[in-house]
Parts: sequence; C-alpha cells; structure tokens
Amino acid sequence: MIDIQNVNKWFDDFHVLKNISMSVAKGEVIVVCGPSGSGKSTLIKCVNGLEPFQKGTITVNDVSVGAKDTNLPELRSHIGMVFQNFELFPHMTAMQNICLSQLKVLGRSQSEAQDRTNTLLDRVGLEGLGFKYSSELSGGQQQRVAIARALAMDPFAMLFDEPTSALDPEMINEVLEVMQELARDDGMTMMVVTHEMGFARRVADRVIFMDEGEIVEDANTDDFFGTPRSDRAQLFLSKILQH
Amino acid sequence: MNYNWNWAILIEVPYFDWLVSGLGWTLLVSALGWIIAFSLGSLIGVIRTLPSKPLRLFGMAYVELFRNVPLLVQMFIWFYVLPELVGEDLGRWMKRDMPFPEATSAILCLGTYTASRVAEQVRAGIESIPRGQSMAGYAMGLTTKQVYRYLLIPVGYRIIVPPMTSEFLTIFKNSSLALTIGVAEVLYQARQIENYTFQGFEAFTAATLIYLVITMIVVFITDRVEAKARIPGYGVQGKT
Ligand SMILES: Nc1ncnc2c1ncn2[C@@H]1O[C@H](COP(=O)(O)OP(=O)(O)O)[C@@H](O)[C@H]1O
Ligand SMILES: [Mg+2]
Repeated sequence: MIDIQNVNKWFDDFHVLKNISMSVAKGEVIVVCGPSGSGKSTLIKCVNGLEPFQKGTITVNDVSVGAKDTNLPELRSHIGMVFQNFELFPHMTAMQNICLSQLKVLGRSQSEAQDRTNTLLDRVGLEGLGFKYSSELSGGQQQRVAIARALAMDPFAMLFDEPTSALDPEMINEVLEVMQELARDDGMTMMVVTHEMGFARRVADRVIFMDEGEIVEDANTDDFFGTPRSDRAQLFLSKILQH
Repeated sequence: MNYNWNWAILIEVPYFDWLVSGLGWTLLVSALGWIIAFSLGSLIGVIRTLPSKPLRLFGMAYVELFRNVPLLVQMFIWFYVLPELVGEDLGRWMKRDMPFPEATSAILCLGTYTASRVAEQVRAGIESIPRGQSMAGYAMGLTTKQVYRYLLIPVGYRIIVPPMTSEFLTIFKNSSLALTIGVAEVLYQARQIENYTFQGFEAFTAATLIYLVITMIVVFITDRVEAKARIPGYGVQGKT
C-alpha cells in the first residue's frame, strides 16, 4: 500500500531523511517513534507529498508520489491525515470542516455530505456537536472531529502525526480509542507517529524507531518491546516508559 | 484681529453647492480608488505569498515602488508626466479626450498607491495563519486555488479587518491631495470659498467637519463588519 524506497531529503544542507526504506501493507498498522527532531513528521509528510524529497521513491497504491506527472490533490484525497495540532478550520463549524472536502473534492451533494458527516460524528462520539466551532470544543473533541474529517473522504490509508501530543492527559484515551477501533473494526491501513507505547503494543503490527533521520529499528511489535536490538532504541524506550 | 465671522456663508448660494459637489468628488474619488486598491491590493498581496518566486518578486517590486514614492509625487507623475511618456497618441488622448482627466488620474493614483498598502495587509494576514492550516487543506485533496479560496483568504481577511479599516479611512484623507492636480473635492472647494469670500475659517471648519463625519460613518459601519467577521474564539485556541 505504502512503499518507501531509499528516500533522502535535505533542508538546504541538513540531511533530514537518510536512506529511508519501509513499507506498510494493506490493513497494517505501523507505529513510528523516535526522539524529537529525528524526522518523523518530515517522513510522514513525504508520504502524501506535503514535503518534497530529493532522492528515492515513495509509492502509495502504486502511484509514485514524487513523479512530476502525479496528480497530488487526487492522490491526497485518498489518504487521510491527522495532525498534532488538529488543524480544524476556525471559521467553520465541525460540520463545515467535515463537509468541505466532500463538497469541493469529491463533489458530493450537500445532503449526502451532511448525512455522511452525521454518521461520522456519531462514530467518533460527537453526536449532535456538528454546529460547534473548534474553539468551542475540547482538544480531544477537536482531534476526533479532525479524524472524522479525514475519514469523510473514505481514504484507503490514514497518516497520524503525533495525534495525542497536544492533548491534556485525560483526553488522550478518547482519541486513541477511536484510532484503535479504526484499526480493529475497519482494518484501516495506518501509519502512526506517536509516543504512546501502550497504543503501539495493543494496536501496531510493527514499530519503527527513527533517530537522526535514519530508521534504526523496524520490528514486529512483540520483538520491538521484547528485545530491541539497538542501544539507541533501548535508551529511548527506557526514557519514554519512565513516565 | 478683526475677523468677520460669518457662518451663514456656508449655506449661501453658491457656496453650499460647492461644498456638496466637493463632497461628491471626495466620495467618488475615494470609493473608486478603494475599489482599485482593494482588488489590485488583494491580488498583489496573495501573489506575495505564492510558491512561485518570480511572481513573489513582482509583488515585492510593486509594493516597494508604490509605497515608497511620496503620494504627492505620484499624483504629479500620473497627471503631468505619464501622458508625456506613453507615446504621442495615447498621451494626447489622456490630456484631451479622457473623461475627467484630473479625477481619473487621481483615482488611478490613489488606487494603485493604496493597493500597495492593502497588499501588505493581505500578505500579513495570510502569513499569520499557521502553516499547518494550509497543510491540512492540501492533505484533504484541495488544490492551491481551493486552499486560498476556502481557507487562507476567508481567515486572512477576517484577521485584517481592523488595519483594512484604517487604510479605508486613509484613502479619504489622502484624496484631499487630488486638489493639487485640480480635482474639485472638499478641500479644493474650501479653498475656493476662501478665495471668493475671505471666510477661510468657516470654509476649512466645514471641510474638517465633513471629513470627521465621513470618518465616523465609516468607523460605525466597519465596527459592524468587524463584529460580523470575527471568528468565534479565534486566537484563544490551544495552539502549541
Ligand atoms: N521546513 C523546515 N525547514 C528546515 N528544517 C526543518 C523544517 N522542518 C523540519 N526541520 C528540521 O528537520 C528535523 C526533523 O524535523 P521533524 O520531521 O519535525 O522531526 P520530528 O517530527 O521527528 O520531531 C528537525 O531538526 C527540524 O528542525
Ligand atoms: Mg514531529
């Protein structure tokens, strides 16, 4: 589904992604973790072409992301993305946020889009809150609207970039639960950047550990938590699991 | 000092009509100038935020040029110099056949100058929107045009309503410079009344009051626009 081969990326002189190769099969859930600044966000943004990369190839559903003739808006419309800071549009209600791309990208009718939106709001536990602006919702609610907004496009894969890092601790679970259901009940293909190791243990098929722009570990979840092979991963885990 | 106060002069024939006609020209020059300023300024402001480097450079050159040359100089250039530069035929047309050459020059001058200031506001408004917002738009499959149309422009313009209000007021005040090329706007008429009647105090007081009333009406209207445009809770949001 998502196939990344020898990807290298530089910000000017700074080599932010070094020879990254990995893949996510259909229905798989991959957790990507690693210290801050290791290139996780950059990598996940390369997958849907939000960040360009200079070397290597990324294909999503056999479409090459980096190719000049790729219709990126079309490709992106099939890949859902959820951001650390939710990124709801502040001048729109939750309903309008979720309807926007259904109307403007998919060309659904207003009533179709609204029906779908209501179904999704129910599903993420926000029944009847469609009229609220993002400033009237808690962080956890905002992030669930953002997930519903991504799902409204019926994506074949979902990308999550630290979806719970900006949340107060008591709201983290309500978001993780929605993600877990998505993985278990829908068999959604997911690439999740997160430090929630409990989530990784429960839901992920594989865990990838990045440091300084490299993939240091790429292991089955059980193996990763059993015997991580690198010192760096071990150090990282011991730091993370302390709190 | 024995100055003969005569406020009645202001409602006498023909001086009252002069002031009214002056007000008309002030409103006309400012309003048409603002239409140019708003549309051209929006275009240039948006251009300055686009990914394309040549376009951005063009936008920057425009802003620097128009913003940094004194408005009075620009007024003279539009009216006296430009017709000499554009070739004989067009130049003659501008001087002789163009309808209301003074007012037209003043409108173009005010419009293009204020456009450079509007452009800066528009650019600042768009640039103040966190990059994640447009990323979220692109990520759901919107094109650049759609990201601007549905996200950056609606949010950016709401943010800049207050500074745009002040640009709108400035164009009224700046329109008084049009008198230097002979547009019979409020200040021009006040001076004319002084020349004819020597009641300069009354005439200029009337002009001042007219500007004041315009300003107050504009502020009244824009306050309502501002209240309507406000995004609920914007700026209070938990952005990390
Ligand atoms: N637009 C950018 N320009 C220059 N450097 C960047 C940019 N975005 C990220 N970086 C740098 O790239 C590195 C990786 O960033 P990021 O992918 O956000 O890491 P992570 O998500 O793992 O914390 C960091 O050192 C960051 O400062
Ligand atoms: Mg990050």
